[in-house]
Amino acid sequence: MPPLFFNHNYTTMPIFSQEASHKRQAMFDLLFRSLTRVCAFGVLALLAAIIVSLVDGSMPAIHAFGLGFLTSSDWDPVNDKFGALVPIIGTLITSGIALLIGIPVSFGIALFLTELSPRILRRPLGIAIELLAGIPSIIYGMWGLFVFAPFAADHIQPWINDNLGNLPLIGVVFQGPAMGIGMLTASFILAIMVIPFTSSVMRDVFEIVPPMLKESAYGLGATTWEVVRNIVLPYTKVGVVGGIMLGLGRALGETMAVTFVIGNAHELSASLLMPGNTISSALANEFTEAVGDIYTSSLITLGMTLFVITFVVLALAKLLLLRLSAREGKQT
Amino acid sequence: MNSKLKQLFIGIAATAAIAYAGVSQATDITGAGATFPYPVYSKWADAYKKNTGIGLNYQSIGSGGGIKQIEAKTVDFGASDMPLEPDVLEKSGLMQFPTVIGGVVPVVNLDGVVSGSLKLDGATLADIYLGKITKWNDPAIVALNKDIKLPDQDITVVHRSDGSGTSFIFTNYLSKVSPEWKSSVGVGTSVAWKAGTGGKGNEGVASYVQRIKGSIGYVEYAYALQNHMNHVSLKNHDGHYVQPEASAFQAAAAGAEWDKAPGFYLLLTDQAGKNSWPIAGATFILMYKVQDKPATAKEVLKFFAWSYAHGSKMASDLDYVPLPASLVKLIHKEWESQIKTAAGKSVWK
Repeated sequence: MPPLFFNHNYTTMPIFSQEASHKRQAMFDLLFRSLTRVCAFGVLALLAAIIVSLVDGSMPAIHAFGLGFLTSSDWDPVNDKFGALVPIIGTLITSGIALLIGIPVSFGIALFLTELSPRILRRPLGIAIELLAGIPSIIYGMWGLFVFAPFAADHIQPWINDNLGNLPLIGVVFQGPAMGIGMLTASFILAIMVIPFTSSVMRDVFEIVPPMLKESAYGLGATTWEVVRNIVLPYTKVGVVGGIMLGLGRALGETMAVTFVIGNAHELSASLLMPGNTISSALANEFTEAVGDIYTSSLITLGMTLFVITFVVLALAKLLLLRLSAREGKQT
Repeated sequence: MNSKLKQLFIGIAATAAIAYAGVSQATDITGAGATFPYPVYSKWADAYKKNTGIGLNYQSIGSGGGIKQIEAKTVDFGASDMPLEPDVLEKSGLMQFPTVIGGVVPVVNLDGVVSGSLKLDGATLADIYLGKITKWNDPAIVALNKDIKLPDQDITVVHRSDGSGTSFIFTNYLSKVSPEWKSSVGVGTSVAWKAGTGGKGNEGVASYVQRIKGSIGYVEYAYALQNHMNHVSLKNHDGHYVQPEASAFQAAAAGAEWDKAPGFYLLLTDQAGKNSWPIAGATFILMYKVQDKPATAKEVLKFFAWSYAHGSKMASDLDYVPLPASLVKLIHKEWESQIKTAAGKSVWK
């Protein structure tokens, strides 16, 4: 029988084909290593290419507007005057509120699934949460527009307007017409989209906490909350921050779901009930119809700004993790 | 590899080659651009393919995209709701011609108001979109509608969030009837709207208006009709209040002097005529004057000639307005005189 490629039964192979086999394996090793190296560097090269093309495309707008582009709230395609302030603020606010709503809920879900729920419920609940992650984002947008927005316009927004709109300092944030669409609705939809990712990651990291640690704490008389706060969370903080960053990344870049419900108004407004705009929503709406160099270039600059924001957020997350791990082992 | 496997591979490769060769027999024509006429172009393309075997591959990516693609010569023709100005056409070496006419209809969401009974004129509509009129029972609107009880309700203005030919036609009309609109906002597929919320596409505007009480928006005629929306009766150039319907759009087109407009650059907004609807517009096809692929150009022109001749009923079924016969004759003449091969010979005879 001729020697097959991966015959490691050296006792039955004749000597001359052992050497050939070694040579073959060395060749395959080299091939494998080169292939993986090409893939890894290819990804880096792709990233560099994207950055270069973004910068190149932004040049006309940067020449025309300079850094004032980031602080101007104009958006006038007829007179070619553009400013990124409204989309940037919209992106930051909607993502911020989405995380504000999403993180506690994800944490609660992860905690429930790992500590509190009956064993028999864990798998089905976990699968249901993961199914939420599989729903395409445009379906979320359509659900938001056709189901959630009318519900919000009829029940939630009037309540907010009446009860929170009259508070002394922060009331102006909650005043506005009950249109159903707007920054608050978009934030809420984003929160729903962020929850599956964040809660899955949190649940996975909570599960790998060594039972010995938890049992020791329980043995000393700690309550469930004390165990979570003092044992589980410090052990899993890298994973938890990673999960939150994953959710934030999704929220920052989410396009279709936000476009449907944010109202697309290039207007800065103090109220959350008013329509606004985000970077990805502005790009999705206006890129195909943008005629003219400055318009297209301004949109590309917006895209580059989003890229920079994402990068800064990731860098801050890493810094936070470094800080937290520096405090490990300190006496409290 | 053993012989059986080899045979299988050869068989698959041969089948694929034959299939591919068979498919690429008919040279399809390609176009890209405006979303507004996409339904009628695909209906025409379907019928044309059944008739002649030549298919049309049309990508509805928006008027701006259509202009970009034809300038990059990646498609055989571009489609735009916004006509290019004659000097822009000259510079880029393109020529344009209209295919169908549509209308833009203001729609409202007002309880207790029957569809078509709310009367508005151009100046009032402009003031609403400028944010100067903010309530439905404003004296300006009440003066036009003495027989309707208008509520003390905020007006929610809805416009397009994406760049669109519909917005172009609408802002062009508002610029003609309101000097303040012209100076402060202007005309464009995408403008700096002074008030209101943006919906994505005609569908977005339609759904916002249907959901938000006391809102006003503007949509293509087909959308208003198919969604049974509450439309507005507008005062036209001659001072008559007209309803948006096919005959009103045809009246707007008929009154227009196409032969005096170089490059067919004519916007059917605020046209004279007793029955003319004031916010109508044609959608245009862009092609190069000097064709380096005359055979493909001829196929494109044959497709449109066939559609002009046989596609009128298909267009009206989809709530578009086909062009008047006199205009089609003019278009044929323009093809003959403007579209030439590199050697100077006319492509269309």
